[in-house]
Amino acid sequence: MPTLITSISGWGRYPLQSCELERPERYADLNSDAPSLIVRGQGRSYGDASLNENGRVLLTERVNRMLELDTEQGILRAEAGVTLAEILAVIVLQGWFLPVTPGTKFVSLGGCVAADVHGKNHHHEGSFCDHVLDLAMILADGTRSHCSATENAELFWATVGGMGLTGIIGEVTLKLIPIQTTRMKVRYHAATNLEQMFKLLQDPTLDDRYSVAWIDSLATGKNLGRGVAMFGHHATLAELGNSKPHSRQLKHDQPARKRTLPFDFPAFALNPLSIGAFNAWYYHREGGKQEPFLSGYDAYFYPLDAIGQWNRLYGKRGFVQYQCVIPEQGAYAGMATLLHELSASRRPSFLAVLKRFGAQGRGMLSFPTAGYTLALDLPIRDSGLFALLDRLDSIVLQHGGRVYLAKDARLSAESFRSMYPRYEEWLKIKSIIDPHNRFSSSLSRRLHIGLNSGRAA
Amino acid sequence: MNQPVLILGATSAIARGTAAAFARRGHDLYLASRDLDELQRSAADLHLRYGVTVRYGLFDAEDTASHPAFLQQVLAEMHGLSGVVLAVGFLGDPLAARDFKVGAKVIAANFTGAVSILSECASYFEPQKRGFIIGITSVAGDRGRQSNYVYGAAKGALSLFLQGLRNRLYASGVRVITVKPGFVDTAMTFGLPGLFLVASPQDIGERIARTLHKSADVVYLPGFWRFIMLIIKHVPEPIFKRMKM
Ligand SMILES: Cc1cc2nc3c(=O)[nH]c(=O)nc-3n(C[C@H](O)[C@H](O)[C@H](O)COP(=O)(O)OP(=O)(O)OC[C@H]3O[C@@H](n4cnc5c(N)ncnc54)[C@H](O)[C@@H]3O)c2cc1C
Ligand SMILES: NC(=O)c1ccc[n+]([C@@H]2O[C@H](COP(=O)([O-])OP(=O)(O)OC[C@H]3O[C@@H](n4cnc5c(N)ncnc54)[C@H](OP(=O)(O)O)[C@@H]3O)[C@@H](O)[C@H]2O)c1
Repeated sequence: MPTLITSISGWGRYPLQSCELERPERYADLNSDAPSLIVRGQGRSYGDASLNENGRVLLTERVNRMLELDTEQGILRAEAGVTLAEILAVIVLQGWFLPVTPGTKFVSLGGCVAADVHGKNHHHEGSFCDHVLDLAMILADGTRSHCSATENAELFWATVGGMGLTGIIGEVTLKLIPIQTTRMKVRYHAATNLEQMFKLLQDPTLDDRYSVAWIDSLATGKNLGRGVAMFGHHATLAELGNSKPHSRQLKHDQPARKRTLPFDFPAFALNPLSIGAFNAWYYHREGGKQEPFLSGYDAYFYPLDAIGQWNRLYGKRGFVQYQCVIPEQGAYAGMATLLHELSASRRPSFLAVLKRFGAQGRGMLSFPTAGYTLALDLPIRDSGLFALLDRLDSIVLQHGGRVYLAKDARLSAESFRSMYPRYEEWLKIKSIIDPHNRFSSSLSRRLHIGLNSGRAA
Repeated sequence: MNQPVLILGATSAIARGTAAAFARRGHDLYLASRDLDELQRSAADLHLRYGVTVRYGLFDAEDTASHPAFLQQVLAEMHGLSGVVLAVGFLGDPLAARDFKVGAKVIAANFTGAVSILSECASYFEPQKRGFIIGITSVAGDRGRQSNYVYGAAKGALSLFLQGLRNRLYASGVRVITVKPGFVDTAMTFGLPGLFLVASPQDIGERIARTLHKSADVVYLPGFWRFIMLIIKHVPEPIFKRMKM
């Protein structure tokens, strides 16, 4: 199969690496003759998870068909390259929705499984893999096989969250959730500091199917951790309170005029002053929305998707998204320390998001664990950023937390080992199904994941 | 069945884009090529996305003896046809094709097979006095170049055949449209050096479906290729023959 050598990156545009791309167009060709490879879906992971420097990268974008939709049970079987956007375009009008969705719909189904993604409902519905009924896989020796929580379960739990390192995910069977309408019923509450924010997120009277909080990363002192908690659920017919027939309540959002960032922003555009001003404005505007209101599902789940290539906002050198989770007990102290360190560094994060996680899932390398997760977007301006992130790692480690591999571009192998205690268990399975470490990425080599991966390159 | 369209070579990326564009307009589809597993996948997908009925079946362009029975089968299953899109194409290894043993396959897939099945289709549409035939040839058929002249010759011959067919079917009101894509981002071109202005197969597919709403007989896709080819066609032969292309 012909290949194309070119430089690619993840969504953070850092690092940028030369890779040899291969793009099968047929399901039967979803494999490679290369001795070492990694799969890439939509490249929406931020760092180097879908990169393989000077090695083969297998693109799934053309293997993207929906194969079966059971509209009675809400079960979809599709090829791994299909995007959540394409799925939504079909299922929403039939009264179904994704059980779990990340903050962008321009990701592939395979990517959602491989990173075992979470949404704003993790504290109720768990992560993506909790809704996956079956995976069809292509393994290192070329054999095709299936796995699920009940069949080849070890392979399944090694694959969800396994960042593409156990094999190629070819097809995914997913259980959907029913919706009565395509509107969201949303409610915002402002918190003047972190303590209040934690109270809001824990308050059972406010809690909802989805919850998430936006944090003003520049607020300091007594305002540290101030922000807006946002709760929501799929509006029921009764809540819309009008008499239109059921079928009329299932419609896509009016497509807003799509805007695309046409050029890289100069690095100075996002500085403590401009972000501080934005944050203050946003805090007061959004925090004021105490009354429940209705929103379209696109605007609610995917606000950033409305601006194409918004990653150019952070300038040519790209950015790092830092996402960590800290277990329940130490969560408040840990988050306070992280936010303090961040605001003291005067490296503002344009986006700072705090979410509550429910119980840890069974994926061996899955990220979520009961506690709180914080995500920060930090532009790369100088190497000082990496020193700051190392300090954040040690705070996270002190509190028993971990960093999300789907967002990562710079974690150390030692930190990875401490953060993912089930790694040895995962490695046993990897050594059986992929003894020659055929599935390997820039991320796996950086973190020394896999046999001999410290040496091989 | 709703204005069914037969897509030949339906596993090609351009054909997938074209099938989606017709399905979006409410046409039922029959997908054909030699790869039944792929066809089944695409058929399921098109049905789920656009709600149209999609059938599929085996079609081998080189096996011309099977073409009459193949078309009868399609007509029976779809209760007639409103049109056909021929996307079958085979570039092969252009250097190897200089050897006739390989070149013959290029000619069979791109030209002989196409003539065979489109003649069958023409005999069906002509008495109905309606219908359309869209043939995908290539800008490579506009002028012979050392890099792929066997493929180019087959595509050029197909363009001539379509021109004659158009002339014949004009009286019966059947439209024959020649589509000449430039570079399209498909398996045929992925990783090839020296490509420029590469179009997406989805976009090309949409433009192919749109040709039905317009009156042009020969369409370059995207349209600027008409000008590029105008220049290339007018380079005097004594100069052209010296060029490395
Ligand atoms: C704006 C934005 C918001 C986001 N919000 C969230 C969020 O709320 N929650 C969350 O969990 N994540 C979130 N993410 C991260 C994103 O959901 C994950 O990185 C996801 O994996 C991206 O999918 P992709 O198709 O782009 O995968 P890629 O980035 O292409 O690949 C990601 C990993 O999956 C592997 N992979 C992909 N396809 C396959 C396959 N078919 N077989 C085997 N391995 C495969 C790759 O090898 C790689 O390791 C967000 C990302 C962005 C850009
Ligand atoms: N890509 C470009 O840049 C470009 C430019 C100009 C013109 N074109 C033309 O556009 C058309 C589609 O191109 P593409 O790039 O999308 O093609 P492609 O991916 O190479 O697909 C070729 C198609 O032809 C079919 N085919 C080949 N030999 C066949 C045979 N003997 N019998 C039946 N089907 C056969 C294949 O089907 P199976 O293998 O499943 O049988 C496949 O569907 C072709 O005619 C091509 O020549 C392409």
